[in-house]
Amino acid sequence: MSEHIRSQKPDSTTENQIMVRVQNLKKHFPITKGIIWSKQVGAVKAVNNVSFDIMKGETLGVVGESGCGKSTTGRAILNLLKPTSGKVFLEDIEITALNDNELRHLRPRMQMIFQDSYDSLNPRHSVAKIIAEPMVVNKTGSPAEIRDRVMELLELVGLNPNHAVRYPHEFSGGQRQRINIAKALALNPDFIVCDEPISALDVSIQAQIVNLFQDLQDQLGLTYLFIAHDLSMVQHISHRVAVMYLGQIMELTSCKNLSDNPLHPYTQSLMSAVPIPDPTRERNRTRIILEGEVPSPSSPPRGCVFHNRCPIAKDFCGDKMPEYKEIIPDHFLACHLADDKGGSLITV
Amino acid sequence: MTKILSVKNLVIKFHTFDGVVHALNNVSFDLQKGETLAIVGESGSGKSVSMLSLLHLLPMPPAKIENGEAWFYGAGKEPVDLLKLNRSGISKIRGGKIGFIFQDALSALNPVMTIGRQISESTMEHLGLSHAKAKEKTIKLLDRVGIPGARQRYDNFPHQFSGGMRQRVMIAVSMACNPKIVIADEPTTALDVTVQAQIVDLTKELQKEFKIAVVWITHDLGVVAGMADRVLVMYAGAPVEIAEAQDLYANPQHPYTIGLMNALPSVKGHEDSRLTSIDGMPPDLMEEPHHCQFAWRCPYTFDRCWKEIPQQIMVGENHVVSCFFDVENRRPRGHV
Ligand SMILES: Nc1ncnc2c1ncn2[C@@H]1O[C@H](COP(=O)(O)OP(=O)(O)OP(=O)(O)O)[C@@H](O)[C@H]1O
Ligand SMILES: Nc1ncnc2c1ncn2[C@@H]1O[C@H](COP(=O)(O)OP(=O)(O)OP(=O)(O)O)[C@@H](O)[C@H]1O
Ligand code: SF4
Ligand SMILES: [Mg+2]
Ligand SMILES: [Mg+2]
Repeated sequence: MSEHIRSQKPDSTTENQIMVRVQNLKKHFPITKGIIWSKQVGAVKAVNNVSFDIMKGETLGVVGESGCGKSTTGRAILNLLKPTSGKVFLEDIEITALNDNELRHLRPRMQMIFQDSYDSLNPRHSVAKIIAEPMVVNKTGSPAEIRDRVMELLELVGLNPNHAVRYPHEFSGGQRQRINIAKALALNPDFIVCDEPISALDVSIQAQIVNLFQDLQDQLGLTYLFIAHDLSMVQHISHRVAVMYLGQIMELTSCKNLSDNPLHPYTQSLMSAVPIPDPTRERNRTRIILEGEVPSPSSPPRGCVFHNRCPIAKDFCGDKMPEYKEIIPDHFLACHLADDKGGSLITV
Repeated sequence: MTKILSVKNLVIKFHTFDGVVHALNNVSFDLQKGETLAIVGESGSGKSVSMLSLLHLLPMPPAKIENGEAWFYGAGKEPVDLLKLNRSGISKIRGGKIGFIFQDALSALNPVMTIGRQISESTMEHLGLSHAKAKEKTIKLLDRVGIPGARQRYDNFPHQFSGGMRQRVMIAVSMACNPKIVIADEPTTALDVTVQAQIVDLTKELQKEFKIAVVWITHDLGVVAGMADRVLVMYAGAPVEIAEAQDLYANPQHPYTIGLMNALPSVKGHEDSRLTSIDGMPPDLMEEPHHCQFAWRCPYTFDRCWKEIPQQIMVGENHVVSCFFDVENRRPRGHV
């Protein structure tokens, strides 16, 4: 059906293959002054040297406070924003080395789903037209084939195929997000960046969409980068989670490690702030309240970017940035103190 | 316990170009002195409308209060029906005896007036303080809500504060005039969890200190668990369950509440792979309700649910539910 570049479907033996590899990715936005003779006076270091792999069929969650660079990371990986430096690979293809034409051929394999499900759907187009659009643009088949595929996709995401003739305003928020998902799936992608895809939905609907994401992953072997504010939802859907702060990854590990054995003091405070829907536990827990506010990404602190808010910082933490590395198997960390303790639990 | 507010049979409709929106259908609840009542429910279930209507903050038209009373016991010796007050009557209470905090502090605060003046002027108006006294009180309050350098920040404008700091200013505004009630409509929704935790803690402290009843509107059942004394669960324009927080989480009675609790991920994460979702979606409020509004999505629906609107019944001390089915015992409730 489609002629774009597509790898073999993953089978069970390919489980530990790398789908996406990100190496020392940086995205800095220049800050300029003056309108006519504008001159760069600084840079917002939105993403500052992040590296990670995402396995085939895996969901990697990304959490962190507003402005820490989650969306920018997602966009830079897909080359929707040109990275300042660093490399991104989709399997063995180096995305960051492709020219525009090659990139266009690769596009169908990588999709993005946003929070804003309403604004991303053209209100004057029927659902059928919206979902067909990427297939029409990429000429993936005859009109009849595309029509069949639209029906198939609607069914896949749990919408009534009879509703293909309706318009976006006739759907609820959750249904509109299903339409977005159908559109993203139209070209058989391997990898989807989901940027806050459930943040705008009600709790009861969030559960439906999260289940849909998981079902689709099981059926189609999809790989996700899943960005969200809600740490408990991210932990639910993800296999591993990356915790970002000021453009860098502080810790990356399995969900189990993250809840049982969070090593980074920032992760610990973040976890301690997530409200637990259980009055008894929620009222009796101890919180690690951080002092101050997140510094500006245009002038991040010297040394460890977290050191000026870190409850256990030592003097040397302000001297140099700790190296981000695999401190124990499957547990990546950027903290000087863990080095000291050989990766044993650092307690705040 | 003594009541500070008693809302009875509130019915509100929006008469719009497209038809009538049945926003609130018979909302009744009490608020006790000094307690925190959380209101939870899906988007559009009527959480904001039920509170905004009390302060005359709904656009009328299209909004119309078709029925109901809202007795406020904190304005003097006699209770007053907030809904019956005229413009000057409500403006004496709004921002004074009843304060409010909105999600979007930037649009709720006056952008061209310093935050110090905004607070001072309201204390001068509602409490009759002199200029000098008002300023001192304001600075103390700003300091109390955790604004560093309160005296210097007095002359700053709202946009000069970060989101979290702005929400602290809003809290100071809402509590400046010794209110009996503070209504907080999703005050932390736009904030990061770490800042949210700070704001929740601050509100709890101030509430105890000043003995204020707080109505906290939210969709976050985690936040509710940490701060609410009682919880009111709204669905499609009516309360379906009201209970003490501990009781509600341990022993939810309404099928919708039960569904909501099950839809939450457990804190442990990926192992218990699937969430239990509630099928379907909330009803169209353009149609006048003639039966239980949850019947379409409810796993326990039986014939009666399609014929009548369930009324509030007591199922325990301080626990009311509007449902014909006794989920615990898997059978319809007796004569309700
Ligand atoms: N186009 C841009 N130009 C300049 N700065 C930008 C641009 N896009 C993002 N930034 C800045 O980069 C930083 C990271 O932004 P990003 O949107 O990636 O954060 P985020 O983690 O996705 O936040 P949120 O949770 O609020 O969505 C922020 O400080 C933001 O202001
Ligand atoms: N100005 C208006 N005109 C028409 N309908 C309105 C208006 N304001 C509110 N409504 C309707 O009234 C109902 C209740 O709205 P309300 O704002 O109270 O919901 P809510 O529970 O606060 O939702 P959210 O969680 O999204 O804030 C909704 O169906 C809404 O569409
Ligand atoms: S009244 Fe009937 S339909 Fe409504 S919630 Fe109860 S059992 Fe379900
Ligand atoms: Mg973002
Ligand atoms: Mg609201």
